Amino acid sequence: MLLSRLVEEVFRNDGRRVLAGLIRLTGDIDLAEDALQEACIRALDRWPRDGVPNSPGAWINTVARRVAIDRLRGAAFTSLPEHLAAPSVEPAAREVIEDDRLRLLFTCCHPALAPEAQTALALRTLGGLTTREIARAYLEAESTTAQRLTRAKNKIRAARIPYEIPPREKLPERVLAALAVLYLIFNEGYASTAAPSLLRVDLVAEAIRLARLTVELLPAEEEARGLLALMLLTDARRPARVSAQGDLVPLEEQDRSLWNRAAIDEGRRILEDTLRRGRPGPYQLQAAIAAVHAEAPTAAQTDWHQISALYSELLRCAPTPVVELNAAAALGMAQDPELALAWMERLGTAGQLARYHLLPAAQADLLRRLGRTDEALAAYRRALELVTNASERRFLEARLEQCVRHRAVSMSANPGQGA
Amino acid sequence: MKYILLIYGDERKWSSLSAEQMKAVYEGHLQYTEEMKKAGVYRAGAELKPVSTATSIRFTDGKTRTTDGPFAETKEQLGGYYLIETDNLEQAISWAEKMPGLREGTVEIRPLGMGD
Repeated sequence: MLLSRLVEEVFRNDGRRVLAGLIRLTGDIDLAEDALQEACIRALDRWPRDGVPNSPGAWINTVARRVAIDRLRGAAFTSLPEHLAAPSVEPAAREVIEDDRLRLLFTCCHPALAPEAQTALALRTLGGLTTREIARAYLEAESTTAQRLTRAKNKIRAARIPYEIPPREKLPERVLAALAVLYLIFNEGYASTAAPSLLRVDLVAEAIRLARLTVELLPAEEEARGLLALMLLTDARRPARVSAQGDLVPLEEQDRSLWNRAAIDEGRRILEDTLRRGRPGPYQLQAAIAAVHAEAPTAAQTDWHQISALYSELLRCAPTPVVELNAAAALGMAQDPELALAWMERLGTAGQLARYHLLPAAQADLLRRLGRTDEALAAYRRALELVTNASERRFLEARLEQCVRHRAVSMSANPGQGA
Repeated sequence: MKYILLIYGDERKWSSLSAEQMKAVYEGHLQYTEEMKKAGVYRAGAELKPVSTATSIRFTDGKTRTTDGPFAETKEQLGGYYLIETDNLEQAISWAEKMPGLREGTVEIRPLGMGD
């Protein structure tokens, strides 16, 4: 393997963990990022001469820490003592480092930071996204994102926002912000707005890992369990969600035998335990919806009445336009597509979803099912104007083409009807 | 009587000063503090970090919510303060008028209430 590729891989596997530890050590995100980068440069210089250490990640960690400490002291980097050149990883040290990322999550979600800055910072430090990728995910100029990140990092340093899990009495109010950011990281991994492909498995895995840690930290927090269950049940569909060509496969056309049964079982077990406590919340309800899908042997056997009821409940505790859109779509599947279309029409007029491609996409889907092909075509075109992800775009284009073909066939069958 | 002198100015103007100009302002403050100490009125004083480092705790119905920054975007920001003790407001005003480095801006004088 090329050395630069090896360093890249070490960076990808261990970089974020090392970074979180460096941030705790220095209290300075910029300094930590610089130190990590410097350590990778040193690896490229050293490893060809000295050989690759047994544990490359630990080597990078040790060197980055020395660089950071020396920078903090204002001293120049002195050469690394021999005994530190290839240190071993002790299990105890590893556990502490795991906690660093949870601490970092709470720092990123500190309410003294602006909400947009919280997510951007978490995607950057925990998700490893570049400034450009975050800018693309938020449909904003790269300079705006860069400024947001700089300001947030400066504030953490200047106002001394601590790197710690908040004190017990503050945890309940802080944990919801942390869960919200984890959910966003998961979504960015599951339906990437920034990457050319639909999935970023690394982000999904990181979000699930941090959700597990949050559940361990807060065993009494039902919503943390709900979120973990939701992530597991959703991610279980991953193997069936993208075709070999990299195209999005909609839920009803997925090969359900590809679904990850172990993840579904774990998600359902966690969800059932949690629901039994009788304190449902938005994440538990969304997990319950995902569980209903997971239980249906075929798409046609989906219990849409139950899903529609769960969405009504969800809409009551999380009345957002996106939830409302999903509630309308579920109603359309459960009983009345016409009623659902009227609901979506009202949502469109309200304006909050004006830039959201899934509104016209949902309308198009119902219109297509009702055989109102011309209207479906127009709705697919509107959705295509708004969509950003390439594979979602290809999916909408394929649907649009289906409609065009369908219209051609029905027109040739009933020549009187067209025009 | 104790008074707090709250210094409001345009932060952007302050940060656009040259290093030399800033140095002159800081020296002005050192001198000002010395004068106050000599006159026996100085109690405390400090420069504040920029408003971008501010955190606000908003109380509603007795519940608190922590947020980034101050709530209103204003042209002038609180940049520092002096705590002085003089016989009366006139003397406090005389001190406030000598505030160094403030070509544009406001010094708000507030007498301290109970509990000081």
